[in-house]
Amino acid sequence: MKCLVVDDSRVVRKVARRIVEDLGFACDEAEDGQKAYEACLQAMPDAILLDWNMPVMSGIDFLEKLRALPGGQTPKVVFCTTENDMAHIQRAMTAGANEYIMKPFDSDIIKSKFSQIGLIEG
Amino acid sequence: MHISNFDLYRDLLKEKSGLTLTPDKAYLIESRLMPIAKKWGYTSLDNMCMALRGVPDPNLIKDIVEAMTTNETSFFRDTKPFDLFRDHILPAMMKDRASARKIRIWCAAASSGQEPYSLAMLLKEKGAALANWQIDILGTDISTDILETAKRGEYSQFEVQRGLPITMLMKYFEQKGERWIIKDDIKKMVKYQYFNLLDNMAALGRFDIVFCRNVLIYFDKETKGEILGRIAKQMAPDGMLLLGGAETVMGITETFKAVPDKRGLYMRADSPALASTSAATAVK
Ligand SMILES: C[S@@+](CC[C@H](N)C(=O)[O-])C[C@H]1O[C@@H](n2cnc3c(N)ncnc32)[C@H](O)[C@@H]1O
Repeated sequence: MKCLVVDDSRVVRKVARRIVEDLGFACDEAEDGQKAYEACLQAMPDAILLDWNMPVMSGIDFLEKLRALPGGQTPKVVFCTTENDMAHIQRAMTAGANEYIMKPFDSDIIKSKFSQIGLIEG
Repeated sequence: MHISNFDLYRDLLKEKSGLTLTPDKAYLIESRLMPIAKKWGYTSLDNMCMALRGVPDPNLIKDIVEAMTTNETSFFRDTKPFDLFRDHILPAMMKDRASARKIRIWCAAASSGQEPYSLAMLLKEKGAALANWQIDILGTDISTDILETAKRGEYSQFEVQRGLPITMLMKYFEQKGERWIIKDDIKKMVKYQYFNLLDNMAALGRFDIVFCRNVLIYFDKETKGEILGRIAKQMAPDGMLLLGGAETVMGITETFKAVPDKRGLYMRADSPALASTSAATAVK
């Protein structure tokens, strides 16, 4: 199982990598939506942990483009962002996100969300 | 703290709430009761003991008991019991009670409300299938402080992200600043009330489903067995009991039996329903 961690903060990527690797995923990183899009064109991951606000291409723009791709429905996408209001959550879910994490996050939250959408066993 | 004073706190807690404190947990007394001592104007726990040896203020005892409770909980804690509730318990109850259309649920250690509210949300999800049904959820706890939190139904961002699917957050909560508040239609499905599991249960009435999770772990074997025996008396013959992940009836009481293949689920040992399922498993 492969997880793509998309965040413009290297620190967040590092923390997230450790958590998803502990959950048994092989991890790739991307620092913005454009880089993530290119990675998905190469090979679709099983899971994507996705920040919202990033330079070049935002998380929501990436998600909309991803879902329009052939095979772009396959990855389970979990937003992971400081945007923590209902309007953002609704917009993300409408765009095809599977789950939504409001930062700050910890391993318990990621684990709980991943198991809810069937990425890992409860 | 003087050793005889540890004994006093240990005996007091055992008597008032069932909590069993082993000497290795003495540090818990220090860390949790020092704030209470301060609040009541005592300079030390030994000092507070003097008051407890006399005729103590019932409110002091209440503060001590509440301070020693562990209220740790989360929405859909451990997931599986709630899957069982949705996919097995509820369908069985709806079939067996199709004419009376009444189900009573008891969360016997409700803490800050996540457990009863999780059940309320699952009931809501059944939608029209449960229209015209009367379903009561009673949440009880020994801590009146934690029950106030449950009644407010107000949770932090951290709390709503542990166990609660985002779709449920969107449907059943309203945001107020940094807080998330459970909506009124869910809130009003749950009634909260103080209840000590050591007390007589008769006035609570009869229940079809009992969640008694992650509270028996704090009691000794004898107290566990005694409480389970009394819970059994409050349950319908085909009633269902859920215990926490680290709890069991094995070696503790004969009044309940584990339901085969349904982890954490128990029925009264004399339940006709259990006789038929175990017969069915035996045939397989
Ligand atoms: C760890 S919480 C469990 C909450 C929930 N049932 C769960 O599984 O997540 C334990 C609760 O039991 C309550 N409790 C402890 N002793 C009790 C007693 N004698 N009678 C009723 N409730 C008690 C505590 O106040 C606390 O809220």
